[in-house]
Amino acid sequence: MPYKFIDGVVVADITFEASGDTLEELFESSANAVTNAMIDKLERIEAKEERKITLEAETEEKLLHKFLDEILFYKDADNIVFSKYKIKIKEKKAAHGCDERSNFILECIAKGEEIDNAKHTVLTDVKAVSWHMFKFEKGKQWKVQVVLDV
Amino acid sequence: MESKKPELKKITDYIWEIDPSYKDGMKVPGRIYSSKKLLGQMDTHVYDQLTNVATLPGIIDYAFCMPDGHSGYGFPIGGVAAFDSNDGVISPGGIGFDINCGMRLVRTNLTIHDVKPKIRELVNTLFANIPAGVGGKSKTRFSKDEFKKIIELGSRWCVEKGYGWEEDIERTEMNGSVEYADSAAVSEKAISRGFNQVGTLGSGNHYLEIQHVKEENLVDKELAKKWGLFPDQIVVMFHCGSRGFGHQVATDYLELFLQVMESKYKMKVLDRELACAPFQSKEGQDYFKAMNCAVNMGFANRQLILHGIRQGFAQIFGKSAEELEMHQIYDICHNRASLEKHEVHGKTKELIVHRKGATGAFGPGRIEVPPLYRNDGQPILIGGSMETGSWLLAGTEEAKQTWYTTAHGSGRVMSRAQATRTYRGDQLQRDMEKKRNLHKGCFSERFGRRSRRCI
Repeated sequence: MPYKFIDGVVVADITFEASGDTLEELFESSANAVTNAMIDKLERIEAKEERKITLEAETEEKLLHKFLDEILFYKDADNIVFSKYKIKIKEKKAAHGCDERSNFILECIAKGEEIDNAKHTVLTDVKAVSWHMFKFEKGKQWKVQVVLDV
Repeated sequence: MESKKPELKKITDYIWEIDPSYKDGMKVPGRIYSSKKLLGQMDTHVYDQLTNVATLPGIIDYAFCMPDGHSGYGFPIGGVAAFDSNDGVISPGGIGFDINCGMRLVRTNLTIHDVKPKIRELVNTLFANIPAGVGGKSKTRFSKDEFKKIIELGSRWCVEKGYGWEEDIERTEMNGSVEYADSAAVSEKAISRGFNQVGTLGSGNHYLEIQHVKEENLVDKELAKKWGLFPDQIVVMFHCGSRGFGHQVATDYLELFLQVMESKYKMKVLDRELACAPFQSKEGQDYFKAMNCAVNMGFANRQLILHGIRQGFAQIFGKSAEELEMHQIYDICHNRASLEKHEVHGKTKELIVHRKGATGAFGPGRIEVPPLYRNDGQPILIGGSMETGSWLLAGTEEAKQTWYTTAHGSGRVMSRAQATRTYRGDQLQRDMEKKRNLHKGCFSERFGRRSRRCI
């Protein structure tokens, strides 16, 4: 699942680009990027515990932003970081009078373990997923650029 | 998306102005307080972000940028703006994700000669007493109900529970307990994210430093003496904020403001991170109440850390913290918005002043300055880099021109990736140990990836 950290976008913070052939792949690579900003060597995070994440948003872009916020929530609330994801994203059409709107629903099982300083190399903390220069593109592939507040 | 560099009109040697004609929608000029040298080092996004701030509804006089300004989200770090509390806006992007990120300074009666022989032991003890790093959990467990009291009462709650001295309260900005804090405005998610982090330092640019007061750096010797400083003294300075709780409050309300700003309040901004709401609207007031809870959390967090520092020193030096005269000098916040009365064109007005990576610097006589320091001006804590030292300053009447605000001590000359390429954490740590025995990589993470700090 490809993602890479890029330099020079925001001097003080961390920026990554991620992509995926499917929306689910994009979400997984983006979540891995967020975790990898905090923890080196994701392969050392074992799938010992799981959390079920269900989210809904008006657009795919907002859904991704919310999903990445969840990664940070569990890092602080439960001290857990994830390395494996099973993600399903569905579009739900809902009629509001004459106006037909879509909502996107994510269901995810995220697997990982508690941060263990003896085992995991902690790099830095991520405070928030910003909207600053957040670029979300749907072309041949799904692509995103995200700036993380650290 | 980078705009053309604006023309910077020199007002004085240290004030540079961007005219409102630079960008459509600018209501006021942008003003950067900086020497020419520092100005040359500022990243160009600062100009774009500062001039975006100048377009916000109800902004008064200027969008300011402090000398250590660098690009942030919405506002630049170092950005300052005031809005009329009746018809202006409040914007989470003018406060930052780390609400009440701030500094605290505590003195001792020890000298470098007392501390040097025990430095490693002391550092290890402080490291054990004060949880740090990603996932650092509070040594003291609080229930969610207790946490709700903490975020409404701040340092006051901690002192009442025995985590500090009564005098700490009057030596903390706003007595460590701000009004308009209502836990009902805070999401359950924010509480779950932060209730186990009270008394933890965190990670990234947050740090705790044992510092040495050098005689040659005591510029105003009389005031230094009055405030309890003397040559070769050991003091402790630390920097942290409201942790995951504040981050979640900011995240929650940014999302809410993005939903209502255009649809309900017909306001458009140039950057999503500048999302705002009228200060007097329900959403604006709710955010203000929730943000103030995070301000209180920041004060409480630093209060518990101070408690851990006092315990650590007492343990290592075999004397009580009282015997070691470990009086707090001051605690100051550099990420918040507050209601303040200022003179605007000859009239006193109530303003909602946003300071993001900028420190309050109230002059002598102002009500915001605690009685202990009122004749001298508000103490200002500016964290410097580990190599160049930090500063304790006093606010002056001259700061009136920036709503009594000054720098907070960050600045960036190198990106994270550049720094990682340029410095090796372990080598930097060894070099620093060679140069100055006092520094040990107590929070090694800080050396691991970073060699500079910012907000």
